[in-house]
Amino acid sequence: MLDTNLKHIDSVEKYQGMVKSGQKAAVVCGRMGPMCIPVYGVMEALEGKYPDVHFYDMEFDSPTGMKTIRSLPETRAFNGLPFTVYFRDGKVVAATSSIQTKQQVKAILDDKMA
Amino acid sequence: MPERFDAIVIGAGPAGLTAAIYLARARLKTVVIDNAAVGGQMNLTHEVANYPGVQGISGAGLARVMKNQAVSFGARIIGQADVTSLDPAGPEKTVEVEDEGVFTAPVVILATGGLPRTLGLESEARFKGRGISYCATCDGDFFTGKDIVVVGGGNSALEEAVSLTKYARSVKIIHEFDHFQAHPWAIAEAEKTPQVSFLMNQRVVDFVGKEGLEGVVSVDKTTGASVTVPASGAFLFIGYVPNTSWLKDMVELNERGEIVVDQAMATNVPGVFAAGDARAKRYRQITTAVSDGTIAALAATEYLTTLQRK
Repeated sequence: MLDTNLKHIDSVEKYQGMVKSGQKAAVVCGRMGPMCIPVYGVMEALEGKYPDVHFYDMEFDSPTGMKTIRSLPETRAFNGLPFTVYFRDGKVVAATSSIQTKQQVKAILDDKMA
Repeated sequence: MPERFDAIVIGAGPAGLTAAIYLARARLKTVVIDNAAVGGQMNLTHEVANYPGVQGISGAGLARVMKNQAVSFGARIIGQADVTSLDPAGPEKTVEVEDEGVFTAPVVILATGGLPRTLGLESEARFKGRGISYCATCDGDFFTGKDIVVVGGGNSALEEAVSLTKYARSVKIIHEFDHFQAHPWAIAEAEKTPQVSFLMNQRVVDFVGKEGLEGVVSVDKTTGASVTVPASGAFLFIGYVPNTSWLKDMVELNERGEIVVDQAMATNVPGVFAAGDARAKRYRQITTAVSDGTIAALAATEYLTTLQRK
């Protein structure tokens, strides 16, 4: 389990439940590495400012990660950690690869989740 | 109502956190503000191998220890908070922080660090995370068995090029000069690694590909000849620029945008000090940032004592 204060998606069932619920969600799929830790920090900081958005992490190397986020067509060409995928109404509305700043994350949340 | 502190530190990298440790231990009411993760660029280091007294620790781990140390002495540390305005003039400085309020203090220490230098190409942003990477330890395994490029000629570029040969079939180092800035031992290590080759005196002008990166276009700076190097990945290690553009017109900066300070880390504005990678200096290491932070905090403490005597 990743050492963050975000909610964890640690099973395919939880992932499917999140998608089916149609909730607004951001899922950061990564490791505890130099490019991922800052993104978890950004999400933790923004959690309170976007109360209608659910913020999750997911272990990149777990079977769940491989069967879900890493299998999405939107992440097929990604090769920079972490993979961050934004969901709304059960659909992927944005996806980014590699480290992101708070401003970059906010821009996506304001554009796609408002 | 503004909240008053003795000292406001802007930047929570090693320089800012060290300053906070010294200031708070001197029982000065101190706040540290950073617009990103606490730890700064230290967080981007997979393993810190040359920090004296600590053997084998991650950058994020070292940042956590420094933060906890500062907090244990009473410093308040706020991460992921943007400074929306700074007024460094006059005896009482004012700092406005998004969602946190207005802080004032007679002392401000600028420890704003650096930002990774980019090539400034549109295609660089397009292929970020789709072939372009800034972290070999994070993303190296995506390029197992593939041909990749490393752009840069300093220690980081050469060391990471060698480490990437664990994964990649070949690593071509593209550098803008005809010689490297790296230490001789790093150059020797790269030269003796068979999978590493070199393309010198080049200017990278474009990254090309469809969904993902397929090639790096560079131009020979002398002949103007263009070459496209086939590559699935490009790792950029081209240094850092000081994070000071927003401080223009507030404190003196040199032609490289670095904050000009004296030996006590004092800027040209009374009560404003600077420390770490944002200031003008030759060597940028965690250890030198820690040294700067120490000096800035001690000088700031002395400045505050002098103010109280007046």
